[in-house]
Amino acid sequence: MLGRTANGLFWMFRYIERAENTARLIDAGLRMSLTRMHGHEEEWESVLRSSGVFSAYCEHYPEVTSADAINYLLRDRSNPSSILCAIEAARNNGRMVRTALTREAWEATNECYLDIKSQLARKPSNADLPAIIDNIKQRTGLIRGAFHGTMLRNEPYNFSRIGTFIERADNTSRILDVKYYVLLPAAFQVGSSLDNVQWESILRSVSAHRAYGWVYDDDYKPANIADFLILNGRMPRSLAYCYDKINVNLSYLEREYGKRNVCHDTAKATLGMLREREIQAIMDTGLHEFLQGFISQNSRVAAEISEAYRFYQD
Amino acid sequence: MPFDEMLTADSLPRAPYNGYFNWHSEQKTSDLIKKSRDAENIFRKTGITFAVYGKEDSSERLIPFDIVPRIISGSEWRKLAQGIEQRVMALNAFLDDIYHKQEIIKAGRVPRALIEKNDAFLPEMIGMRPPGGVYTHIIGTDIVRTGEGQFYVLEDNARTPSGVSYMLENRETMMQMFPELFHLNKVRPVENYPKLLRQSLAAVAPPGCNGKPRIAVLTPGIFNSAFYEHAYLADQMGVELVEGSDLRVMDGKVVMRTTQGYQAIDVLYRRVDDDFLDPLSFRPDSTLGVPGIMDVYRAGNITIANAPGTGIADDKAIYSYMPEIVEFYTGQKPILENVPTYRCSEPDTLKYVLENLPELVVKEVHGSGGYGMLVGPAASKRECKEFAEKLKARPGNYIAQPTLSLSTVPILVKKGLAPRHVDLRPFVLVSNKIQIIPGGLTRVALKEGSLVVNSSQGGGTKDTWVLED
Repeated sequence: MLGRTANGLFWMFRYIERAENTARLIDAGLRMSLTRMHGHEEEWESVLRSSGVFSAYCEHYPEVTSADAINYLLRDRSNPSSILCAIEAARNNGRMVRTALTREAWEATNECYLDIKSQLARKPSNADLPAIIDNIKQRTGLIRGAFHGTMLRNEPYNFSRIGTFIERADNTSRILDVKYYVLLPAAFQVGSSLDNVQWESILRSVSAHRAYGWVYDDDYKPANIADFLILNGRMPRSLAYCYDKINVNLSYLEREYGKRNVCHDTAKATLGMLREREIQAIMDTGLHEFLQGFISQNSRVAAEISEAYRFYQD
Repeated sequence: MPFDEMLTADSLPRAPYNGYFNWHSEQKTSDLIKKSRDAENIFRKTGITFAVYGKEDSSERLIPFDIVPRIISGSEWRKLAQGIEQRVMALNAFLDDIYHKQEIIKAGRVPRALIEKNDAFLPEMIGMRPPGGVYTHIIGTDIVRTGEGQFYVLEDNARTPSGVSYMLENRETMMQMFPELFHLNKVRPVENYPKLLRQSLAAVAPPGCNGKPRIAVLTPGIFNSAFYEHAYLADQMGVELVEGSDLRVMDGKVVMRTTQGYQAIDVLYRRVDDDFLDPLSFRPDSTLGVPGIMDVYRAGNITIANAPGTGIADDKAIYSYMPEIVEFYTGQKPILENVPTYRCSEPDTLKYVLENLPELVVKEVHGSGGYGMLVGPAASKRECKEFAEKLKARPGNYIAQPTLSLSTVPILVKKGLAPRHVDLRPFVLVSNKIQIIPGGLTRVALKEGSLVVNSSQGGGTKDTWVLED
């Protein structure tokens, strides 16, 4: 398989994951604006930060308003991570690696693109937003379904999965990092409704506000929320879960190719760390520092994978 | 009145269309229109689009598909196939000759300047014999029809013919939508084309290639107008689809960068033009090709299909010499006729062309895709006048042909069937044998009365049936 094809699949699935996560972030932001007591827009600032586009946004707009933030995240061509651009990039990558995809997986991607593109051709009204966000989640879900249902479990599958989980781990850690201060003990005030709303927003951003209740059977507690999103191996958007999947797929490649690379060691060490750490230890030594460390470790794994499997010309 | 391939002047179906005509008369037009829309959705979903250059917004478009098949009888096809085979043999012999002994020039049948001053003639190919002795491996001969048994070759497309994916997808779609039609008619299959292409390419692998030859399709990338076809063919053949950036020359071989290191390629089906193939030999700014591939080629370590320099055989200026070329190399009269062609480079001819512009079709010698041509009968006085100036400025750049009364085949319109002009591009594979796929791409001018079938100019396509009889 070509290095460029592996790269194309890796990025195709990173972009699909990114589009889906941005849709969740917008969803959580919309929800927050409904429950806010004050009319401020700081929630949209943290959504923009979570999406990693806050400074780019500020170059285009004088202030943060919900309308501009939503437009920027949803369909602005100048934002390469906007849902529209991400889906287009996913589809272009899919077109490039068409021979590595099944017909079903390709058609789901192509139809997702055609549908979202026409839906986002004009600025949607506020009333249409929820339906559009739902549709994006459904369309990307269909791609995943077609992919899982039809793809051989071979190299293309492994590279696609690795792309998905590198992106997801990155997104989850950024969401937490933007909000880490509301999880700090200093900010913790029992019964503060504001904090409750903030915590719920974190969970909504990863579509986990209901699952949290099943697992922790408790009111929102900062340490539990951090545990859920970082260390809980059953939570499909947690860092531990992502690293478990990255390791599984890397070891398939190791077996298939009969070769182990640096990326295998780094990914394994990352998973080991996530399995051994206690959430309290992380909170005590500094959640922000931990997340920053993780984000750069995650990028390092991605870079090592792209080198090991010759994604680019040398 | 142009010749209609389905109906006689008395509106009775001609023999090959009997089965279809009876079936069609039992269908409701509204149902067929709905099927038409279904077909379009299938194509859109599949992503079988082509890029239109210079159009920012609609950069990807569907080629309209018409659901009425174009049907050719077995006996008509046999004559066509013989004629095409003869022509394809002559093309390969001609290429071998002009890059070696140049006997046809010495015999005074083709002017030396026409070859050697032609951009499509590659001096790099002089004295070079490709593996298997084949220059043009994949050919799409454009054919038009004017009457019963009256076929003309319009163009030879010997360098990189495209459209075969439409032939295959059109058939696939028709079989999905109208299975009953394939029970009623014995239609010869085309769907083994990718397999035949693969075998054909493998058969001309370099002599030093051990074991199963490794084949790859070279594409300029996803923004090329025919990218869909490149991906489709690679997928169907089960070979890699590569871009220039995947390839390099290493230890005298062309190799591709895989996740496990570099792997040698034996046969490269390239869909990149000569100019861009090797920045060390041709355009130095090309990023689409492989630096040094021509050295590997000359050393006999890779097969390039079609061979570089093949364009000299389908050049429109050479076209007018095709009858002589066929006779020179096969010793026989051409089975298929050429469209009479006026070479504007000759002063007397230029005068004639200028005087008769409203009746002629004038084409650029190196043009393609229906760009830069004048269709006299459809052009306004002003357009003719403007074109005359271009002609006078660079007469050698143009050829002219009489407007043929192209045959028509009905398409489906709101009111039912309506005749539209068509052409035909059958596909030919050359290795140690010549294989002509029974069928091809029928292009149809969707606008009433229009003679321009190019997809970039509002043309559509049809499934093409060759009957078993």
